[in-house]
Amino acid sequence: MIDFSSFMTEVLQLLILLLAAPAFTGWVKTVKCRMQGRTYAGIFQPYRDIAKLFSKEVILAENASWIFRFTPYIVFGVTVLIGGIIPLVSIDLPLADTADVIALVMLFAIIRFFTALAGMDIGTAFGGMGSSREMTISSLAEPAMLMALFTASLGANSTSLTHMVQVMAHGQFILRPSLAFALLSYIMVHLTETGRIPVDNPATHLELTMIHEAMILEYSGRHLALIEWAGMMKLFIYSALGIAIFCPWGIAATDDPSGMLLGGVFLTCKLAAGGVILVLIETGLAKVRLFRLTEYLGSAFLFATLGMLSFFILE
Amino acid sequence: MILLVLLGISLFFAVVLAFVGDWRYAPEINIAGSAATFSAGVVLALHVYLYGPMMVGHKFFFVDAFNVYLAVLTSFVSMTTAIFSRRYMRVERAHGRVGRWKMRFYHAMYQLFIFAMLLALLTNNFGVLWISMELATLSTVLLVSLYRTPTAIEAAWKYFILCGVGIAQALFGTVLLYFAAERVLGVGGEALLWTNLSQVSNQLEPTVLRLAFVFLMVGYGTKVGLVPLHNWLPDAHSEGPTPISAVLSGLLLNVALYALVRCKVLVDGSTGSHTAGRMLMGFGLLSILVAAFSLLRQKDIKRMFSYSSIENMGVATFAFGIGGPIATFGALLHMLVHSLTKSAIFFTAGHASQMHGTQEMDKIRGLISGNPVVGWAFIFGAIALVGMPPFGLFASEFLILTATIKDAPLLTPLLLLGLGVAFAAIFRKVQPMVAGAVPPWQTPLKAAHVPVLLHMALVLILGLYMPRFLSDWFHMAVGILK
Amino acid sequence: MTPSYAAQINSVMAALILLTAFGLLIQRRILGLLHLFAWQGFFLSVSTAIVGYVTGVHHLFISSFLTLTLKVILLPYILYVLMRKLNIKREIESLVNIPATMLIGIALVIFSYHLTSPITHLSTLVTRSTLAVALATVMLGLLMMVTRSHAVTQIIGFLAMENGLFFAATSATYGMPMVVELGVALDLLIAAFIFGIFFFHISTTFDSLDVAQMAKLKEED
Repeated sequence: MIDFSSFMTEVLQLLILLLAAPAFTGWVKTVKCRMQGRTYAGIFQPYRDIAKLFSKEVILAENASWIFRFTPYIVFGVTVLIGGIIPLVSIDLPLADTADVIALVMLFAIIRFFTALAGMDIGTAFGGMGSSREMTISSLAEPAMLMALFTASLGANSTSLTHMVQVMAHGQFILRPSLAFALLSYIMVHLTETGRIPVDNPATHLELTMIHEAMILEYSGRHLALIEWAGMMKLFIYSALGIAIFCPWGIAATDDPSGMLLGGVFLTCKLAAGGVILVLIETGLAKVRLFRLTEYLGSAFLFATLGMLSFFILE
Repeated sequence: MILLVLLGISLFFAVVLAFVGDWRYAPEINIAGSAATFSAGVVLALHVYLYGPMMVGHKFFFVDAFNVYLAVLTSFVSMTTAIFSRRYMRVERAHGRVGRWKMRFYHAMYQLFIFAMLLALLTNNFGVLWISMELATLSTVLLVSLYRTPTAIEAAWKYFILCGVGIAQALFGTVLLYFAAERVLGVGGEALLWTNLSQVSNQLEPTVLRLAFVFLMVGYGTKVGLVPLHNWLPDAHSEGPTPISAVLSGLLLNVALYALVRCKVLVDGSTGSHTAGRMLMGFGLLSILVAAFSLLRQKDIKRMFSYSSIENMGVATFAFGIGGPIATFGALLHMLVHSLTKSAIFFTAGHASQMHGTQEMDKIRGLISGNPVVGWAFIFGAIALVGMPPFGLFASEFLILTATIKDAPLLTPLLLLGLGVAFAAIFRKVQPMVAGAVPPWQTPLKAAHVPVLLHMALVLILGLYMPRFLSDWFHMAVGILK
Repeated sequence: MTPSYAAQINSVMAALILLTAFGLLIQRRILGLLHLFAWQGFFLSVSTAIVGYVTGVHHLFISSFLTLTLKVILLPYILYVLMRKLNIKREIESLVNIPATMLIGIALVIFSYHLTSPITHLSTLVTRSTLAVALATVMLGLLMMVTRSHAVTQIIGFLAMENGLFFAATSATYGMPMVVELGVALDLLIAAFIFGIFFFHISTTFDSLDVAQMAKLKEED
């Protein structure tokens, strides 16, 4: 039986996800603008963007099928579902027992599947190109992600996220090279999946360089608002997942309000730092050529495998 | 004391020749240095023969019958090669193939190479053995590329890389050996000494030593020229000045085989079985067969004789692998006579190629008519090399064959096949070179008579009659290698 | 520092050495290769120093210092000067494509783990688990030499192999006796000079440092 307080914790975390994700994206954009010496529109600009999109009219192509119309809702819904599994401020989550990190990757795959189908649905050149590129990249990125998560789970002997957080945060502190390798690999996959430089430029609409943007090029109005919001939540989720696995100190073990408040403060600080690191990586690196992406993702897989091997060899 | 003198002489002369190597009398200084080294070696050998094995310098050096005989052989052949080098390099200088700086470098590195080989032979410490093997390689790498032609540089690069890689594996094997030794003998330099290790060899961990031997086999086996690690050998021994080819083929291969055999004794003592010996037999036989069949395709004279070196080293390795008194005696004798014969052959082949301006066998003709000493020495050298009686190689190969029939009868046909094919291949090529009329492009030169005749005489004597002290020496060495 | 902490830090250093070994395998730019090689030497000397501190084997400090001067400072500097003089700055293509090379590298790591497991079980040292990493570094250096066709990268692969060997000596046996280590360092220095000279010869004779064109010596049929 789910008791009331953990149910409230769950709802609270979902709310945090929904409401804080655009702020995180705003924070990343702000820091980037500061780094590049441009004026910035403020942390709350994404909220205004989403609100603006909701008020606009939806234009559908004539040959759009039900997939095209359903995808935004599916994407949004699944992203919220994923958010229910990740411990943000507390590990007392009833939904967490339903899915472990492996299932998490599968949920992301569902999102990707529908987005790619929607990109091809209308039949434009950009959409098809974006979908094919996305599928190529994901076929390389998913093994790397799985291997990285698997390596991280070796220490805790379980793939359940809450269990991993518990072992790491409340156990003994040991320097583990396997985790370092897994972290490196995870960062590389994070950049890939959320469509940041060096894999995909989130600010571009040039044909040669866009991947994610190409798939959603045809969307407008509330559909686009939902997809954009889901994209921001995806960035938030990936960052929060990384923090939960590799840097979980501060996440409350119970559901008492003071612990969760402290957890919230920690989360904000960690996310802020994570945003700055993300911007540093983005400004420091250049976008990798599409054909070199196999090497990039191959090395992500390599690092994750090395992490796994070093767990067995060195620990 | 005498040992330090022995090593010190070559080092001293190396330094001296670095400065005076291009004088008119530099080759004579080289000869003097090598002769002094040889006499010191003989004194050392007498000492060991009369008084038994000795340890010098706080257990750092160890001289017993096995390595002192190789040390005497090394210093002897280096002396005769220095005599040969005098006439040979004079012609090369006249042809303009080497200049002032190169002569200095050549002479200095020659002596350094001798030093490195002697150090490898006489040291008691496996680590220092490795270091001196590496030093020997390094000192000859740039000598192989002395002529700076594209093929010479290619040969030297291959030599450097392949031998470097090989010897790095040998270092790993040495580390593993040290690991096993440490557990029994304690930490510190004592654990790498041959004298200590040979006494406790049955206490060393068999699994570790087996693994170590694989690496040591790959490492030192590359330097011996065992197939399939032999790719550098034909190139390195055929490019570069002929005296260097002679000492590389005649001496360095022996030293590498010595290192390998010392390791084999330890490993077989530890595991109690014959795994190391069997591995040596396998690789030796493979080398014989591959080299023999490769001999059929050769067009370059020095390359052909390099393959013959691989084949003969394969025979010696095979014999050491069989083990037992007869085979080991045969192997020791084989190392001796092969050294003498191969260097003699290289002397004559070097002069032959100088006379014709090329190393291609199709262009070399009429040696006997052109220069009788070179021609007759060449044909007799070839007869000796392929193992015909009454020369020494026949005696050693016969002994090895006897041991094979006794201990590994099923391998005898393969051994005979290899030896037979090598016989045919070499003879087929040598015969046209010595016979016939003098071709118009042959230039006369003053050849070095003494080294060749001396070597051939020794090989003939050893084939007919084994001096008492030599057979005693060999019996002592066999006792060590059991 | 308690032994278990030292063992952990040593494991981290071992992991970093393995990382740089793989980095050497997949890096295309020669300057990047030099930096990675210098980092590898640095991690190696730190690891040696830690082992020396914890176990009280004092000659390891000397070895660590030797490694630092030779492999972190001197050799990369020599290579850098050579590259400037010979004007090599471009990228180098490898013979086998990079993802395949990485997979072979992983296979080699697993193989070396399997090969050294009997020794790891026998050893009683603090550093015993890093022997597999050391052998893997040797093999990865070998792989690098085989799959690249440029003279400089072959030499760097060779030096990476030597790094692995040195690491193996520290992991298996707390370092070889001082005499041996000094001799090995001396050999390495001589080898460095020799290959420096070699680069000049190759470059002047062949007008490039591509090793693939040095393949003329073989049997003609």
